[in-house]
Amino acid sequence: MDASAKGKRFPPFAYEIGKEKIREFAHAVGEDNVVYFDRTAAKAAGLRDIPAPPMFAVVYSAGAVGPALFDPEVGLDFALMVHGGQEFVWGEPVCSGDTITTVAECKDIFEKDGKGFYVFETVSTNQDGDEVVRATWTNIVRGI
Amino acid sequence: MDVGDSIPELRVTPDRFLPHRYAGASGDFNPIHIDKELATQVGLPGNILHGLYGMALVARANAAAAGGDPRSLKRLSVQFRGMGLPEQEIVVSGTVIAVDGDSATVDTVAEQSGKQIIKNARAELRTT
Repeated sequence: MDASAKGKRFPPFAYEIGKEKIREFAHAVGEDNVVYFDRTAAKAAGLRDIPAPPMFAVVYSAGAVGPALFDPEVGLDFALMVHGGQEFVWGEPVCSGDTITTVAECKDIFEKDGKGFYVFETVSTNQDGDEVVRATWTNIVRGI
Repeated sequence: MDVGDSIPELRVTPDRFLPHRYAGASGDFNPIHIDKELATQVGLPGNILHGLYGMALVARANAAAAGGDPRSLKRLSVQFRGMGLPEQEIVVSGTVIAVDGDSATVDTVAEQSGKQIIKNARAELRTT
């Protein structure tokens, strides 16, 4: 299998966090902590503004991960692909009003037990340069 | 939290249209999640839940165990196995495997109809 895309970095993607998108996401995943919906409660809890639930990382990272997955040099076969594993390491909280910039890199491409593993890393930082999330996305392609 | 403690179980039955709402919220409109006919044609039992939705339930259960603050979840890694379906109960359970100062590590699993849909989930929590 072709692993030449290993080490390739993709263009940064910037996403501006908004409180209504946080509300929509929190409802979809069943988060009911009042801080996700009420600015006064969020500030009372010591947050700068309404925070994003941890898994909101999926939303602001998508624009960086998508182009990496679809890159022809990476050559992922979507028909045979499954999302095998995922890791997030959270840093500075993400709040409404932040601009989060995410950069994706193809960390590894390898074969194991007849399956192809495609591992991507994304690093997301806020407008102050603080790291908010570091994520590892592992996709597995059957029948390499 | 002490080593060996169980975290409170989270039980959720996603309704029929949950995958559509999660698709809109996350931006992942892969038809295997929202188009039952297409999903069936490619050999799936029906339109399946997004793996990352299941991971969000695991994240919720762990953050709730540490008091529910969004800052309590420091790290979460999971493996997706099998597939989740709407309209069937998901049970998230976990056990504390390590405690170090204000930090706890929890091994978590999400099951549906007795089958694991997320396994080897490991969460690192801030407990103060």
